This record gives sequence, C-alpha cells and structure tokens, in this order.
Amino acid sequence: MRVVVAMSGGVDSSVAAALLKAQGHDVVGVSMQLYDQSGGTETFGSCCTLDDLQDARRVAAAIGIPHYILNLERQFEDTVVKNFVGEYTAGRTPLPCAHCNSDLKFSTLLDRATGFDAAVVATGHYAQVELRADGRWLLRRGTDPDKDQSYFLFSLTQAQLAQAMFPVGALRKSEVRATAQSLGLQVADKPDSQEICFVPSGDYAAFVERRAPGAATAGPIVDAEGHELGRHGGIHRFTVGQRKGLGLSAPAPLYVLRLEPGTGTVVVGGRTALDRRLLTASAVNWVSMEPPGEWTVVTAQIRHRHAAAPARVRALSGGRAELEFVEPQSAISPGQAAVFYDGDCVVGGGWIDSATPGDPARA
Amino acid sequence: MVRSWGVRIYLDHNATTPVDPAVAAAIGAVLTGDFGNPSSVHHFGQRAKAILDEARSSVAALIGGQPGDVVFTGGGTESDNAAIRGAAESLETTGRRHLIATAIEHEAVLNTFKALGKRGWRTTLLPVDATGVVAPEALREAISTDTALVSIMHANNEVGTVQPIAELAAIAKAHGAVMHTDAVQSAGKIPLEVVSLGVDLLSISAHKFNGPKGVGALWIRRGTRLTAFATGGKQERGRRAGTENVPGIAGLGIAAQLAQTKLTSEAPRLAALRDQLEARVCAAIAGTAVNGTGPRVPNTTNISFDRVEAESLLIALDLEGIAVSTGSACSSGTLEPSHVLKAMGFPAHRAQNSIRFSFGAGNTPSDVDRVVEALPRVVEKLRALTRPARRA
Repeated sequence: MRVVVAMSGGVDSSVAAALLKAQGHDVVGVSMQLYDQSGGTETFGSCCTLDDLQDARRVAAAIGIPHYILNLERQFEDTVVKNFVGEYTAGRTPLPCAHCNSDLKFSTLLDRATGFDAAVVATGHYAQVELRADGRWLLRRGTDPDKDQSYFLFSLTQAQLAQAMFPVGALRKSEVRATAQSLGLQVADKPDSQEICFVPSGDYAAFVERRAPGAATAGPIVDAEGHELGRHGGIHRFTVGQRKGLGLSAPAPLYVLRLEPGTGTVVVGGRTALDRRLLTASAVNWVSMEPPGEWTVVTAQIRHRHAAAPARVRALSGGRAELEFVEPQSAISPGQAAVFYDGDCVVGGGWIDSATPGDPARA
Repeated sequence: MVRSWGVRIYLDHNATTPVDPAVAAAIGAVLTGDFGNPSSVHHFGQRAKAILDEARSSVAALIGGQPGDVVFTGGGTESDNAAIRGAAESLETTGRRHLIATAIEHEAVLNTFKALGKRGWRTTLLPVDATGVVAPEALREAISTDTALVSIMHANNEVGTVQPIAELAAIAKAHGAVMHTDAVQSAGKIPLEVVSLGVDLLSISAHKFNGPKGVGALWIRRGTRLTAFATGGKQERGRRAGTENVPGIAGLGIAAQLAQTKLTSEAPRLAALRDQLEARVCAAIAGTAVNGTGPRVPNTTNISFDRVEAESLLIALDLEGIAVSTGSACSSGTLEPSHVLKAMGFPAHRAQNSIRFSFGAGNTPSDVDRVVEALPRVVEKLRALTRPARRA
C-alpha cells in the first residue's frame, strides 16, 4: 500500500516513516512548507524551518524513500493562520494545531496524497486509530500518557480517520527515540518542538498585531462589578486564566475571567471566580457515537495539558453540545476544544463557545 | 549515451545532464594520475598545465573563440557574476552606472542586478513578448550613454526561447556598452559563435552538456575592461586567482569536444523527440498550451496543464518514474510563480500549472511513448481531485 508520511524533520514522524517502510509499505515522504522561508532567520529554531526540512530529507534518504516538499503556504494561511488571528482578535484562545490536522494535513495533504495514488496519510502523532467491528473508526489516546495528542485530533471525521495512520501512537516517546537510535537516524536526540510553529518567538500578540493592526486597540480592565482597575493594549493579548501581564497591583492575585470583544473589555477577578462547571461547544465532531440526545457520562478535557475530568455531555441542535463537569474546572477558555473521552477513546469534541458557573443543584 | 540509472526516464536536462563516460574517465585520470599544480615548473606541473591548455582549446572551439580569451570558473553562476560585476565595476569611473537585462534572465543575473542596484547602479529589465523573445526595439529605447553593460541570455532555461543576440549586441556596441550573454542553456545545444554573436562576454557551464558540476567558463573579448573576480596568484591571467580545478576543467574540455562533435546530429534528433512529445501530449490532453513559441533550443518544451498544480504533477510523474521540472530548479522553495512565464504575460495560474520537459543525450522515442502513456492518466487523476478554484 502506498502511504504518504507527513515529515516534519522531528523524531516522531521520522520514526513513523521508518516503521511503515519496515512494514513493507510503499512510503512517500512529504514535508509541508507552510510559510515563506526565503527570509531564513525569522523562523530559526522552531518546527518546520529549513533545517527541519533538511533533517526530513536526510531521514528519507537514510531509510530509502522518496521525499518531496509541498508548498501549502496559501492553504495554511487560509485554514490556520487566519483563524488564529481571528480568534485572538475576537477574545478567544485559538488551537491552531487542531485546525492544521483536520483542515490541512487530513484535508489538502490527503487530497494531494490521493493524487499520488496513496490511500493513507500517516503522521507522527501520539494517537491511535482503530476500526470497530460495526465499521466505526475510533480515535484513541496514544499509549504514552505524557505525549498523547488525541486532543488535537478530535475534529477528524470518520472519512478522515479511515485514511489516517499514526505509526508511533502505540509507542512511548522513549521507545520512539530508541527506535530512531537503533536505525541510526540522526534526529534521535532532537528536542521536541514547543511553540506554535509559525510563531517561533512565542510572542503571539506581536504576530496578531502584524496581521491585524486594528487589534492593538486599548480598552478597560474591570472587576466583576464593572469598576475600572486599569487599561490594556488590546484584548488579543489576554487569555482566560491569565495572571501575568495585567499591569495591576492588587492585594490578592487577579486573573482574566473573560474577554468582551464588543467593548474591548478585560474582566478580572480572584482565582475561584474562574471556576466553571457548564460549557457549550459548537462544530462538535462525534467520533465513537452518533450525537447523543441524552446525557452521556464521559471525562472531558478543556485544554491540552488538562487532566480529563468526570462530566456528562449531550448533543444540542445545530452541531452544538452542552457539557457539565461534576467538579468545577478552572479557566475554561472559549476557542479551545472540549474533548470528551470514554476511557482512552475519543467520544467527540467541539470548540468551546462559552462557560458558566452552572447550577450545582443539577448535578 | 548509455543510461546507468535504470528504467527511470530523465527529461530534465536543462537542470543538469549525466556526465558522459569519456568525461568521467578524463576526470578520473586527473584525480588519480596528473595531480600536479599547473603553476609548478616541474614535470608534474607541466602535465597539469597541458591539461588546462587542451581544455581551453576545446572550449574555445565550441564557441568559436580564441583559447587565450577563455577563463575557467566555478560554473555558470560564477561566470555571470564575474561578467556583470566585473564590467560594472571597471566602468564605474567612466560614470556609466546603468545596467540592462531582460525580465526572463536566470537568477544568477537577476539577483546580481539586484545586488548592484542596492549599491547605486540603475537597472532596467526589458520585457519580452508572449512568445518569450525580447524585441531589439526595447533595448534601443532603454539604452543610453550611461549604460555600462547589457546582459541578455542566449537561450532561456525555462521555455528555451533563443534571443536575437547579434542584433542586441550591435545596439549595445553602438552605445559603447559591454554586451554579455549567458549561454549556459545554448552551449552544446545550438551552434555558438562569439564573433557572429558580437558579444564581449559569454558564460557557459560544463554540467549542462554532459560535463561535471562546479566548472564553467567565461569568454572575454580581448580588450574588454573587467576587474579580476578573485585576487591572489596569477592563474587565469590574473582574472581568477586560485589553483585551478584541473579535474573539472579536464572534464569540461572533453565535454566541449563531444558536444561539438555531436551538435549537428543531436540537435535535429532532440528536436524531433521534443516536437513529438509536444504534439502528442497536446492532442491527448485537453486544456494544454505550449509556453514559449518563439525560436527555441531543440531540446526544451514548457507546457501548461489547465487545472493542475505543477507541483503535484511533478511529484506524481516522479512516482511514475518520469523526471521533469517546474521551470527553474532554483525556484523551488518559494510560492512565486515562474518569473519567466509572468514576464511573458501569462496569468499566475498558468505560470503555476506549467511543466518543463528538457531532452538530452540519453533520451529515445520510447521515452516519449512512456510519457504520452502516463501523462494523460496522471493529469486526469489530479484534475478529478482539484477542489473548486481557490485561486489567490
């Protein structure tokens, strides 16, 4: 079977390619060029730089597969970068990696792969795909609890999962590195990428301001009662739960409670005021089941580094869902994903629109 | 030429060509035997010097010049840089601070112009017409007594069109400007004669005609003012200091001899293959168009495939064992559509849908058959996948 492997130049996708090759597949390595690299220095030190492309090329040569660079700058801009900028300016906290997975890797890249007679696109994600006896494709957490990336893959549809492979999903990171070592791949000890690839400096606010100069509009910082405590330089600089960078002095630490894009207001308060039990999500993708009209018991995760907490969820009309945690959760940020699990199996997930303290009596 | 790379079909000879076995043998002989430094007085130096002399004669013969006017370089790009920078700088004191090229030059010329533009030279890029040819009238309008140098390629690398160099050189000469031509894509493909072309400087590159990479030559008309392009010892009459790349130059010499010998037989043979491919592809696939309908070198065709991203087509063909290219090999890595097709007035999508097929010594009619078999199938598959137009 011909398989296209998305190769970032990192150890995970390198080992993914090597494993597929060892399994006897006809493996074609592809690296995506996602933003202009002719400048060179701007992107130094992060994922997908020219150095990473060179690493991917060397790995492909070492394991004996063809390797191509696909220029998907325009598609990346349309599907990932515009959303990233738009979400921040709308007072939400974007999750670009999830968009990149469902809207680029398993969309545009999958189309390209089909054109190359490949039935499947493989990546180096720590997640597992499985075909259930009833014909439904399941998405499971990666075996390594520290590296699990199923949260970023929740929006893959059944059709996309059917054409996805995650060859390192059943391995621990240490096993992946050991495999790379034993194969003599020079990326075996390469550090993991940390930042969002197209903002290697980590300065998201500056990136948003370059793309949307209007974002840098000053506004008030108020407490829950509406008293102005200070001013800020644009709501895109804040995310729910943020404590640093407020420029306020107060007897107790203050956190961002919510962002009000209409008036450009940042609402702050004490830590406990961040607690929420109820959230609604939209564009919900149901993976292991059809949309449940009745409350269904799950565990749910509201950001990548969040321990999934007991909750119940039910589908609403218009592709939305409502989710209620048993215990209040801190800093539920609109724009992030709420992903529902049954054990290690993704039930579904959607984009968080709003969160409220909820009514404890309903628990 | 015997093909050493198996069943794959190589149709990218404008990017580079396989080294002829006779060339490889000559290089090997120098590497393993004649290791001397050509500047040395003793026996070993004399052997090496003799190799340089012979190669210089062979290159001179290929371009119809005198051996003493040939300077060996590190390839076509270095020759272009040496010609342009050398002429511009040597004429700086005369007040001539204007440089002219065309919009379809190779990056070696375009980016050298940009660099000089930043240092104060005025630069003009002449337009070309839809057939890919520059009009002498355009040069007549642009040139003045300020013009130091006119640099116009002989044959274009992406579409193969041949420019009217003799006519252009006459205009340059009439205005006292130095005339350079980048003949990297014409040397060894069509007859080349520096005297009838009337140029002052001419660049060639060995690996475009079955020689090794990293070696080329610049022909310099005697009396042309040109600053040295590397200072140091007295090698290459002081124009390019540094111990010569004797093995590479030996290979260049043999490649030049072979190219000259085969010129009259290869040119019509390659033209026939190219014309067949063009006709059969355009007949078999709807929505195709040939780019560059002016006079062309015999081995090159550039074809646009409507509603197909050239990038995908290139990869799909490679997976079928057919090696082609999207315009210039140097332009990969950027989203910019081909500057050549843009200059010819084509819209961006046509420039992004184009594939270059360039024939060479190893190609046979059965290669054409295989391309004509595979291409319609691949194009159809890619077109079926194209999502509704999302053109920028």
